[in-house]
Amino acid sequence: MSILVIADHNNETILPATLNAVAAAGEIGGDISVLIAGSGCDAAANAAAEIAGVSTVLVADADEYTYGLAENVAPLISGIASNYSHILAPATTYGKNIMPRVAALIDTVQISDIIKVVDVATFQRPIYAGNALATVSSNEAVKIITVRSTAFEPAAASGGTAKIEAVPVTGEAGLSRFEKSELSKSERPELTSAGIVVSGGRGMQDGANFVMLEKVADKLGAAVGASRAAVDAGFVPNDYQVGQTGKVVAPDLYMAVGISGAIQHLAGMKDSKVIVAINKDDEAPIFQVADYGLVADLFDAVPELDKELG
Amino acid sequence: MFMFLSANKIKKRKTIMKILVPVKRVIDYNVKVRVKPDQSGVELANVKMAMNPFDEIAVEQALRIKEAGQADEIILVSVGPTQSQETIRTGLAMGADRGIHIEADQETEPLSVAKCLKAVVDKEQPGLVLCGKQAIDDDSNQTGQMLSALLGWAQATFASGVELAGDNAAIIREVDGGLEHISVKMPAVITVDLRLNEPRYASLPNIMKAKKKPIDQMSAADLGVDTTPRLTTVKVEEPAARQAGIKVGSVSELVDKLKNEAKVI
Repeated sequence: MSILVIADHNNETILPATLNAVAAAGEIGGDISVLIAGSGCDAAANAAAEIAGVSTVLVADADEYTYGLAENVAPLISGIASNYSHILAPATTYGKNIMPRVAALIDTVQISDIIKVVDVATFQRPIYAGNALATVSSNEAVKIITVRSTAFEPAAASGGTAKIEAVPVTGEAGLSRFEKSELSKSERPELTSAGIVVSGGRGMQDGANFVMLEKVADKLGAAVGASRAAVDAGFVPNDYQVGQTGKVVAPDLYMAVGISGAIQHLAGMKDSKVIVAINKDDEAPIFQVADYGLVADLFDAVPELDKELG
Repeated sequence: MFMFLSANKIKKRKTIMKILVPVKRVIDYNVKVRVKPDQSGVELANVKMAMNPFDEIAVEQALRIKEAGQADEIILVSVGPTQSQETIRTGLAMGADRGIHIEADQETEPLSVAKCLKAVVDKEQPGLVLCGKQAIDDDSNQTGQMLSALLGWAQATFASGVELAGDNAAIIREVDGGLEHISVKMPAVITVDLRLNEPRYASLPNIMKAKKKPIDQMSAADLGVDTTPRLTTVKVEEPAARQAGIKVGSVSELVDKLKNEAKVI
């Protein structure tokens, strides 16, 4: 097997989900290469060369790859696809955007969001927001796959000594243009890789009340998340959203505060190791998945929790 | 009479832009899905079905673009069993103009759906395809991107803002770290995310009107597309259920449990 992993990176560093995709490649087994498509991306390429288990880092360094636009990056990948038995990308918004375009360019079906490698051709993936798990098998010559990062322990970021090779660039497609990004700035850990996540829902009543959760999160070294209801109500930005259509998280501890537990939300957090629910409605569905449930008014419980944590 | 009217219309009307909106019939999002005992799939018999919620958002956006005078016809396409026509009717009742039903019996994979849609695009020549970013049944999140690749068009995925301006569209995308603004050349495929808009409900008069709107029927084979699945479903199973937890009586008990029992803080 010869496996290519498409790195999600920002030209400077490798984003953590890439390490999970490398780990999934390791479970398939074979020679693992990582592609860095970017511009001025030497730092990212050097970081990729240190990932344990990677033999080759391919670098495509050109202006057209700076922002990872699918119309430019997909032809680069489809052009080298026939060298590989599998092409994997993390199921981040970057991977989800690019991979189906690659798959269609080489007339191949894609397997999205795998959570388990059964064998080299067979994979498990969630369907219906994780309410069912499908095991699918593929005969495609090149298997195009995206990887759910929470389902695979990350590969070690250091210890590897891969060789770095340049690959020919494919040019500007002239179809789309990056204008700007509005990325949320946070001192807290990233939601999808945090060991602890504290999330608020509609019960928070107001965006300003999230300050209470942030205080608790900072004491625990946790990331802050939210339910779709809280995002739709404008309490917090969209990138806070945990759920089927937001981010999927699986931390050691997930605290759901004022979240009722719609199927949509559960799909994004039910694989957490320990779940805590704080809700004043003792009938809330969130209690059905919680290891520890506290029926209480969050406006009493959260400040008390803050105090208890010292 | 009918022929006279339509001939007249064609003469008078200068086409601004057609919008194509693919819509999928899926299990209603409120229904708890059940896996079949033989693990061959999910139980679909006697289950309430509805339009994929992301596709409703796409239909709504198309209607708003038409209402703003930037498009003059909205065509809905559905690839699926005969009942998919009900899903098309739902969109026609929201205000779309006509439908195309592409009959396909078995479960269709995103790549073959994209190929069917490409054939429709080649025939209808829309200036824009608006799709849901994913269907809530197989959660694949592929069809729009694949269609865009097959057409060689620009793609704008996970859109929470869409502004058309001449030959370009300004798109706000929901990405992992926040929002991204891009500009794409038209024609384009745009896949829509949750916060783009709030879809309207169909009014009773519009539901009545929708019954008279035309739905063309064809098969995937008519379009030269083979929809035989290329992936084999080995099995479909229920996820492992979580062990039932306990209720704690106080915040201090909770903290104690987390520290000493679960050992996670």
